[in-house]
Amino acid sequence: MTQIPIQGTGPAVGRTSSRYWRSKSAYLGVLPFLLFSGLFLLYPTWNVISGAFQDESGKFGTKVLVEVFNSSSARAGFRNSLEISAQTAIAGSILGGLFAWAMVSGKQGGFFYRYSVALSSVLAQFGGVMLTFAFLATFGFNGLVSTFAIKYAPGSFLAESSWLYGKAGIAVLYTFFQIPLMVLVFLPTLENMKPQWREASDALGGKTYEYWLRVGIPILTPSFAGAALLLFVNSFSAYATAATLINLSDFLTPLAIATALTSEVGGANPAEAKSLSAYMIIVVIIAMSGYALLRRKVSKWEQRR
Amino acid sequence: MKKSIGVRIWRFSIIAVVSFYLLMPLYAMFDFSTKQFGLGGKSRNLDSWRIIPSQPDLVIAITRSLLTALIVMALILFLIVPTAIWVHLKLPILRRPFELLCLLPLAIPAIVIVVGIAPLYRWISINLTESPITLAGVYSMLILPYTYRSLSAALDAVDIHTLAEAARTLGASIGRVIFGIIMPTIKTGIINGSFIAIALVLGEYTISNILNYKTFQVVIAQIGRANGNVAVAVSLASLLFVLFLLLLIPNKKRLGTVLDVDVK
Repeated sequence: MTQIPIQGTGPAVGRTSSRYWRSKSAYLGVLPFLLFSGLFLLYPTWNVISGAFQDESGKFGTKVLVEVFNSSSARAGFRNSLEISAQTAIAGSILGGLFAWAMVSGKQGGFFYRYSVALSSVLAQFGGVMLTFAFLATFGFNGLVSTFAIKYAPGSFLAESSWLYGKAGIAVLYTFFQIPLMVLVFLPTLENMKPQWREASDALGGKTYEYWLRVGIPILTPSFAGAALLLFVNSFSAYATAATLINLSDFLTPLAIATALTSEVGGANPAEAKSLSAYMIIVVIIAMSGYALLRRKVSKWEQRR
Repeated sequence: MKKSIGVRIWRFSIIAVVSFYLLMPLYAMFDFSTKQFGLGGKSRNLDSWRIIPSQPDLVIAITRSLLTALIVMALILFLIVPTAIWVHLKLPILRRPFELLCLLPLAIPAIVIVVGIAPLYRWISINLTESPITLAGVYSMLILPYTYRSLSAALDAVDIHTLAEAARTLGASIGRVIFGIIMPTIKTGIINGSFIAIALVLGEYTISNILNYKTFQVVIAQIGRANGNVAVAVSLASLLFVLFLLLLIPNKKRLGTVLDVDVK
């Protein structure tokens, strides 16, 4: 193709570099965005990270970080958070992964497939207040299942809804949005599996279970693990669902952060909120780095759009 | 391809179990919202649906949240998209830092952002305005990773350099190149981004609740404390609304890019 030099800023070398357009003033173009994201994204990030290394009076130091680390309630909340996130990530990734497989093994682009995709994308975002209400309507006082259980199985745990307001309840609620998220994340991977692999395995006399055991599962493992890490982060950072379900103010780390930030009884304690936040960021960054590493492994065979 | 009986049974039972898990609470919401207020009543009615429009706070909150969503969409359209195109075209050096900046919210949960941004919003509500619409600023940052993903997928699919060169050669201004030439070609990516914006703004609770703004979700939670049936009805209605919007998105094949949403 012909290159047309403009305004003598040097000869065009290649299309990819667009060098003839580049000049100092081009940097002005990103200035509005930089200012905006600086205010609404970089400033809060910096505020949290620098604030974690300050004590209540603003002096630099790791005093609050150490205090939070040694506080038994903060530790308990952190443990609960990690535990529930791990549980729901595992449950969500297995159920969601299997459901995604059921979707791909049906007719592609068919009614079931299309509506499952649409519903998954809505339900994956369906957290917080509305999710809490949905489950209160199901298992809560006067709910669908609990009314049913009172009538037919009065002794069972379903008949009284107290289990809903604890660890088990939170895990059940979180799994509700983890499954559809897993479907969305894992579907592209399953769709990119080559039918030739199966054909090759069949041609060599492999049985169905042998194909899955020796080809399918090994090739899907990195992608599956990556998706599970994503689900872990998703549940670890969730706040709204737990906040609207239970009243325990430091049961999970996000709840403890909100309490430290807003509590009027004990006086707001931003330093503690920032330290807790810093620990959360560390966990999220570790999990997301694992995700990125696994994705790189996957993209060797998987052509993402 | 013929499937064995075993595979069919597996498939069917998986679909049954997962659908039951996901659909039963939704049905329970419908069931609950048609119950009579209070206890004991056996008959069904649509009272709690009927009084939705007469909840004073609710209508205001919905209008506000939709307005906020519009502003977020405008920010995407006139700030984020042009910057992404600009970086792609003119500043390839900045592509990597720009990507990192856009993906940063993935590492910072909303509950953490709210800790950092609380002083800013305190300042805004004292000195500028107390309107919850200002939340559009932080919301547009929260969805940045998703916007970036659908945009960069769209930008990579089209050879925008050739388009831009052709347009420049024919005398188009740089503004025309961005808004008139490139943006229409990545329309689907932008529509997808806007859909996510609406879904996020309507569903956001963490930030607005902690900063004491009365957004849609905060008001639903308030109603729930007084009248559970109505709150459940509203929740179900808004879920159906978002589902309806999603099914409106044209070009079913491209649905994949929207759905490639990673983390909330």
